[in-house]
Amino acid sequence: MRTSFIAKNPSVLIFLLVLAVFTITVTILSEGFGIGLISTSFIKTLGKTLCLCLIAVAMDLIWGFTGILSLGHFAFFGLGGYMIGMWLMYERTRLIVTEALMQGQIPPTDTEIIDGIGNQIFGVVGSSDFPLVWAFADSLGIQLLLVVLVPGLLALVFGWLAFRSRVTGVYLSILTQAMTLALALYLFQNDSGLRGNNGLSGLQNLPGVEAPQSIVSMWFFLASALALALGYVLAAWIVSGKFGSVIRGIRDNETRVRFLGYSVESFKLAMFTLTACIAAIAGALYYPQAGIINPAELVPIASIYLAVWVAIGGRGRLYGAVIGAGFVSLISSWFTGGQAPDIPLGFYTIKWVDWWLVLLGLSFVTVTLFAPKGIGGLFDLFKKESNT
Amino acid sequence: MSTLLEVSGVSVSFDGFKAINNLSFQIAEAEMRAVIGPNGAGKTTFMDIVTGKTRPDEGRVIWGEKSISLLSMNEAQIAREGIGRKFQKPTVFEDQSVRENFLMALKKDRGFLAVLLYRPSKADLARVDELAEEVGLANELGRLAGELSHGQKQWLEIGMLLAQEPRLLLVDEPAAGMTPEEREHTSALLVAAAKTRAVVVVEHDMEFVRRLGCKVTVLHEGAVLAEGSLDHVTSNSDVIDVYLGR
Amino acid sequence: MIRRLFACLALMCWCQAGLAQGITVQEILQENKTLVEKLSRKTIGPVIEQIAASDLPQAQGFLEALATKQVWQRRSDGLFFIATEVAKRQYTLSDPDGASVVGEFAKKQLKQLKPNSGVRALIATALVQFQLSDADPAKRAEALLAMERAPAADQLAPLRASIESEPDAVLKARKSRLERLLTISFDPDDAIRVAAIQSFDGDLGVDVRATLNPLVVKTLNVTAGDLPGDVNIVGIVKPGSDDLDRVQAYDLLVDSKLAPAPTTPADIRAALADHIDGTQVANVSVDQLSDPVIRRQAYDRLAEQSLVPTFTGEEDITKTLDDYTFYETYAEPSATVTTAANEALTTIELKVGLNQAFDLGLDAISLASIYFLAAIGLAITFGVMGVINMAHGEFIMMGAYTGYVVQQIIPNHTISILVALPLAFAVTFAAGVAMERLVIRYLYNRPLETLLATFGISIALQQLAKNIFGTQARPLTAPGWLDGAWVMNDVVSISYIRIAIFILALIFLGVFLFIMKRTRLGLETRTVTQNPRMAASMGINPERVNMLTFGLGSGIAGVAGVAIGLFAKVTSEMGNDYIVQSFMTVVVGGVGNIWGALAGATMIGFLQKGIEWGNPSNTLAAQTYMIIFIIIFIQFRPRGIIALKGRAAGD
Repeated sequence: MRTSFIAKNPSVLIFLLVLAVFTITVTILSEGFGIGLISTSFIKTLGKTLCLCLIAVAMDLIWGFTGILSLGHFAFFGLGGYMIGMWLMYERTRLIVTEALMQGQIPPTDTEIIDGIGNQIFGVVGSSDFPLVWAFADSLGIQLLLVVLVPGLLALVFGWLAFRSRVTGVYLSILTQAMTLALALYLFQNDSGLRGNNGLSGLQNLPGVEAPQSIVSMWFFLASALALALGYVLAAWIVSGKFGSVIRGIRDNETRVRFLGYSVESFKLAMFTLTACIAAIAGALYYPQAGIINPAELVPIASIYLAVWVAIGGRGRLYGAVIGAGFVSLISSWFTGGQAPDIPLGFYTIKWVDWWLVLLGLSFVTVTLFAPKGIGGLFDLFKKESNT
Repeated sequence: MSTLLEVSGVSVSFDGFKAINNLSFQIAEAEMRAVIGPNGAGKTTFMDIVTGKTRPDEGRVIWGEKSISLLSMNEAQIAREGIGRKFQKPTVFEDQSVRENFLMALKKDRGFLAVLLYRPSKADLARVDELAEEVGLANELGRLAGELSHGQKQWLEIGMLLAQEPRLLLVDEPAAGMTPEEREHTSALLVAAAKTRAVVVVEHDMEFVRRLGCKVTVLHEGAVLAEGSLDHVTSNSDVIDVYLGR
Repeated sequence: MIRRLFACLALMCWCQAGLAQGITVQEILQENKTLVEKLSRKTIGPVIEQIAASDLPQAQGFLEALATKQVWQRRSDGLFFIATEVAKRQYTLSDPDGASVVGEFAKKQLKQLKPNSGVRALIATALVQFQLSDADPAKRAEALLAMERAPAADQLAPLRASIESEPDAVLKARKSRLERLLTISFDPDDAIRVAAIQSFDGDLGVDVRATLNPLVVKTLNVTAGDLPGDVNIVGIVKPGSDDLDRVQAYDLLVDSKLAPAPTTPADIRAALADHIDGTQVANVSVDQLSDPVIRRQAYDRLAEQSLVPTFTGEEDITKTLDDYTFYETYAEPSATVTTAANEALTTIELKVGLNQAFDLGLDAISLASIYFLAAIGLAITFGVMGVINMAHGEFIMMGAYTGYVVQQIIPNHTISILVALPLAFAVTFAAGVAMERLVIRYLYNRPLETLLATFGISIALQQLAKNIFGTQARPLTAPGWLDGAWVMNDVVSISYIRIAIFILALIFLGVFLFIMKRTRLGLETRTVTQNPRMAASMGINPERVNMLTFGLGSGIAGVAGVAIGLFAKVTSEMGNDYIVQSFMTVVVGGVGNIWGALAGATMIGFLQKGIEWGNPSNTLAAQTYMIIFIIIFIQFRPRGIIALKGRAAGD
């Protein structure tokens, strides 16, 4: 049966091949492992882009296949980042504080170390006590588990509430947006326990690892590529069988699926939670490469951009999501990074830093209107031509 | 014959308008029944109530040998109990192949884990072929459902209902928009289906109803106006009043 | 005998006459010459009082001159004069008792009296009685204000004296109120103070609470023996109870030098560090000191050698606390006064609470009006037409910027607002129509795609506004007559601008109802929404109706933008602040119904204010909780407060 899955979905094999070639090429060109044509900061950008592709796959599963336009998946992404960030920050601070205290005349007690960490981490929000949410921050294992558990549980509870009361369509989108806003506003508070708008920082340093950033960034790049590959295969497997039929059925006609005897709510809930977990894993890989996470990352507009990527790439096909996320986020950073050449018009100079978002917004409108299949739709043209 | 579905004293109102007014209705196993009535008589709302889409304000809906109440169940549970419903507008999953449509409808475990791990067996595929043959779509299995003609979609939907193996089939205006040949095929399908299960057909077209050759229930203003053979009800003066507006 | 009696009488009369007429300011000054020359705050008081109490008409003028350093002493005879500089180093002296000019003198013949700020304050107090009876009502009001700001015991007598003769009714009421307040604080007779306290029963003034509260301030005291009898005791408090934290109680003992300070881990660490001997402290290896138990042992050993104070830990604290009695005293020594003050405060606080609730209600209504304003355009486009317009917030922003631009051209705020309102409507109406024609009409019945496309527009418009107006907030100034607030009492007040927004919201509601129920457009809109095909076959052009309806909704958003811009910052991102709330308002209230939007706005407004009231420090948290509440609310009323029922509601 497994062979038939790959055989029935040649696009999965093609995708894995392309991803492998890309990963190997980048590795060879990297500073850390290869000949050094690609700078470490660009490796990080590429690694982050792979994570964005992974969350785009999750978004495509929930939106393109199940028909739920969630405007909250970036919140799960951010939460995943926060969970891993807590351990990274705690552990790194612990090492620094311990070393500093060891310099003193008297070796420190455990309490002194913990107080020192507390002061270091929460000094910026005028506190030194560890909030309850940091209870497991000293354990990498538990925090890794929380990466999936916390966003998963949030998605489960929210989804249960929303689907149970048959909130669908745009109402659900607005509700997810409200959830994201609520979470972001909560995290913006100083007493949220997660350092308010300072967020968590210094995440690019792996505690206890001496390796330089050029090497660490490659580890994360490779991990991101692996996560994307696994996530993609998982997603492709899920949508390939009868489960895929059912969720696409839910997307196209929820009522009909219900009258076929399927419990639409549990299918939606399962997909919502699963994709939230994938998003969280992507976030947990993304933020150590970004180095910093703060609540501004979680505001609803981020989740909207996610929808934009998937729509431009072409929803309802997994490679479309990957193409959209990769293409738009890379081109975005090119334009907003000031690398794109300005266009002098004589009376006015178009600076891309200022005008890129206008262009993105308008091209998004254009795609929605004229190319609802997105970039992925181009592949259909090739397919048709090769058929004839 | 034992009673399969018993609806008694059901009423429902929307914003003061009584769509169903103290309606009582019974159907036995392996019985065919046609429900007719003018627009707004409550035919669709009646189906909504039986399938759990609408909750009645009062009354009882009792199902099967064990006499379970359907009122506390949701649509999916009711469907799994064995009530299949065909909507007025053909609703098939146009983005998926005819085979996928059939496979989705086949009577199997509906739990999401079971669905996730499900891969069609030879027997399942054979059953799909059989059903396709029955509704006349044997050559269309690989096509997208959206590419089918209007009549073919109706048959696909009926085929999917049969695949569910329901004990009661609720069919809403199956012949609407069909050519005479298609109608004939459809009525034959329904008559065949009614041999092993209960079938309720809501229909406007008297010719179609006559072809079904079954007991007829006339609904008017949310209540049963008359019941009996087609000839019996069409000679009923109340029914004539309602239909001709005298 | 009789003659002698007469003689005595005559003498007394003469003496009194002499006191009344004979004694002048100059004489008083001369009597206290050394004190005046010294001019010290500590000793000059009686002299100033004597002058002030002399009833001389020239006393006020002299004291004012003294306060403004115009009084000089002539070196030759030590007499004091009021001097004015006529030329450089040349002064004209005039007699303090009459304005008669004595002559011109050079500076070196004179010595200036320079009162310091303490003395000037004394003079000011003495002057109060003159100012309180000044002929100019403005001066009297000024004096009252000064006294209200800094009440003092010695103001009481002059104030009381001035009440009777006060001609102005308003000032008289103020004086009498202030007199009662001063009585509460400073009168020596408890009965009179209690009466004054009771006279303020239920008064909402801040001044009353400011007077009463210091009387009942509680101070924590400690004693080893019995409670002292000569203080106004509130009661005994037990350490560790709700009223008294143990740490706080022990700190008091430490502060009162009744107990040693507790030994903290930091103390131990410092003590050990101070006594390191090579690699050892008190025969314990330094390496082992990361264990708190071993640290403690080492510290105890140091303590045995009397190198450090004995360890004071939790057990010692408990033991010590048991030895002492803690009690609270009132700042005011008289128990009758504190009882009366407490009673009065209880009534006042109850009344203040009620008024605060009312004030909160007003706040909530005004917030609800804002949400309603922001949402009403959406109630048309989303509620009536079913179009999700995520750029709705940007239409609000566009309206606000229109107002800003108009204000740049027309400086008169009143006219500019009157111009801006219709202009904002026109601009956003045009933008709405353009958007409907170019984008939305291709996407009817595809709500999710409409949502996405309008997101795109929202992103583009925001960035466009940023490119044009920059990132910093632009002011949109309200006309002067909207400044200020309608103050009902010291607790309840509402700013005029909020009243204006409330009225504007009502007008909008009226206009909306009028358009929908009474005009052709409203009729056609309802027709097209319910059944576009049927409407088309009846000769209604659904395209035109959709276009106009969408334009109307957008136009109203623009007008709302001007109103919102008057009190919120106008930035390119202001739309973000309202879009989610607006959708919540419409969804919570019930889609497709203007009363639903009203109900939704009211509920969200009251809810948010209610949560803010329960947790005043944190408006972010309030918003979080509100959204969570709304998510839960939708569980129970998925179709909103005012829901359409039945098949009309659709799926």
